[in-house]
Amino acid sequence: MNILVFVESAEGKIKKTSIEAVVYAHAMGGAVTAIALGSVESSELEALGKYGAKKVLHASDSKLDQGIIQAYASVLVSAMKDEQADTLILANSSLGTPVAARVAAKIGASLASNVVELPNTTSSGFVVKRSIYTGKAFAHVELKNAKKVLGLKKNAAKIKEVGAAISVTPYSTSLVDADFATKITSSEKATGEVLLPEANIVVSGGRGMKGPENWGMLEELAKTLHAATGCSKPVSDMNWRPHHEHVGQTGVKVAPQLYIAVGISGAIQHLAGVNSSKYIVVINKDPEAPFFKAADYGIVGDAFEIIPKLTEAIKASK
Amino acid sequence: MKILVCISHVPDTTSKINFTDNNTKFDSNGVQFIIGPYDDYALARAIEIKEASGATVTVLNVGPADTEPTIRKALAIGADDAIRVNAEPTDSFFVASQIAEQAKAGGYDLILMGRESIDYNSGVVHGIVGEMLGMPSISPVMKLEIEGNTAKLAREIEGGKEFLEVNLPFVAGCQEPIAEWKIPNMRGIMSARTKPLKVVEPSAVDSGVKLQKFELPAPKGSVKMISPDNVGELVTLLKNEAKVL
Ligand SMILES: Cc1cc2nc3c(=O)[nH]c(=O)nc-3n(C[C@H](O)[C@H](O)[C@H](O)COP(=O)(O)OP(=O)(O)OC[C@H]3O[C@@H](n4cnc5c(N)ncnc54)[C@H](O)[C@@H]3O)c2cc1C
Ligand SMILES: Nc1ncnc2c1ncn2[C@@H]1O[C@H](COP(=O)(O)O)[C@@H](O)[C@H]1O
Repeated sequence: MNILVFVESAEGKIKKTSIEAVVYAHAMGGAVTAIALGSVESSELEALGKYGAKKVLHASDSKLDQGIIQAYASVLVSAMKDEQADTLILANSSLGTPVAARVAAKIGASLASNVVELPNTTSSGFVVKRSIYTGKAFAHVELKNAKKVLGLKKNAAKIKEVGAAISVTPYSTSLVDADFATKITSSEKATGEVLLPEANIVVSGGRGMKGPENWGMLEELAKTLHAATGCSKPVSDMNWRPHHEHVGQTGVKVAPQLYIAVGISGAIQHLAGVNSSKYIVVINKDPEAPFFKAADYGIVGDAFEIIPKLTEAIKASK
Repeated sequence: MKILVCISHVPDTTSKINFTDNNTKFDSNGVQFIIGPYDDYALARAIEIKEASGATVTVLNVGPADTEPTIRKALAIGADDAIRVNAEPTDSFFVASQIAEQAKAGGYDLILMGRESIDYNSGVVHGIVGEMLGMPSISPVMKLEIEGNTAKLAREIEGGKEFLEVNLPFVAGCQEPIAEWKIPNMRGIMSARTKPLKVVEPSAVDSGVKLQKFELPAPKGSVKMISPDNVGELVTLLKNEAKVL
């Protein structure tokens, strides 16, 4: 089996979820080629060898600095052909997921997104386990075609080093105008922040925080924990926080090691976005808040008193 | 302008998920079905465009006869007519193939979907349809303005958003805040009863995926409560028991 792994980068660095994809591909067995598009630091690319890539391709064409879905799909299809890869693996993301769809349609591959663990190839065919019903269930699906495209959910593989850094092979593309039918005119992006879907720890606030002026204490806690900040839907609806921080059924689905929910009641639609977290801490003044039923650790009390104390206690423990 | 809105028929967001037949079938017992929440945003935006500048809005669902109340609801919200492809929506490729076929026949200027369905959560049908029709596909779209033959969009990315321009026709997977959900009014509900709903048979598609079984996650253990006066204990537990700090 020849596997191509599409690795995404942000601010020149390979995303953690993409490193998981390389580790996943290596654990599947077979020859793993990783490919990155647009500008990425070369040391980052070389390091992919440590996670199991036998070859690293870099399509550094500056036209690919912007994540154009169609253009990316075209490059991946031609790289699969050149590398004689039958399987494409990538991390699900706002770019990876739509790109996976187009690649699968172009090459006639069996497609599965939100895959949560290594495929089972022992019993009947090539079977993957994927998360469905917004984390409320799983489906085991057989991918029957010789060609396959797998989108991975965060934590589908545990990052570990299995080899050494390797040199990077430039990959030249032959893109056509039609690949750039959509034009990105500008973007707004938080820099230097921990990205919510990638974060190991998330500090999230709800309507119980009373107003945007009170987010300082959550940001302070997040900074102390090197965490990303999230929020409930009403909080982003009221513009207390930017939309990309909205967690839940209709927002970002997170899968951190630790999710700290402050002043969030725990409506089922919010829980749908956090049920893949390893541990959940709930801080709420109402002992009857439904979120406690989904929590591992809970504190009943006033967030405005507890959060500063918690931040101090964490600082003191370091 | 002709707009096609593809809607999924999915369990209400508060539903408990269960399976029957040895974990091979979804248990619809006591489950309420709704228009997929993201698809509902797509529909709302389509109706806004229609109200602002004139358009016909067709809704399309791939599903068996029991999805018709959901389709009627979309008509009540303001769609002009509907198509139901009479088949179980077994997988993304199958659904996308049916949508692509109807879209080709209808010649739409704009095809709107949700960013993802909330049952399969694949987030891929719009991309597959775009590829099949040779059109751009853009998702997740949080803003959509049409000016003549071009559209200006905002797409959500991790940690922010990007702004795009594209010519019609194209496919978009929508999410909030593209529009506010619309609630049907009495007049809408009355008129929906007589709006055309065409039922077509699916074309044969060789799907590359096959469901083997479903599985429910292990139930969560009980919560450990910590006194608000002893926040330090939480830190100790997170360090030594959960080992996440
Ligand atoms: C189709 C659909 C999709 C939805 N999708 C989402 C989604 O993706 N994400 C989402 O979050 N919601 C979603 N919702 C909304 C959801 O149902 C809830 O309304 C929402 O999650 C509630 O947000 P909240 O917990 O911040 O606010 P509230 O429910 O108002 O809860 C505030 C909490 O703060 C506590 N509190 C108040 N003061 C303090 C204090 N001083 N200290 C500590 N605690 C305090 C209160 O006890 C309460 O529990 C969706 C709803 C629908 C119908
Ligand atoms: N059975 C269906 N009928 C019509 N449209 C659908 C169906 N399933 C999915 N869609 C559309 O495709 C989008 C993406 O679905 P998915 O790829 O399953 O996450 C949904 O938000 C719907 O707009």
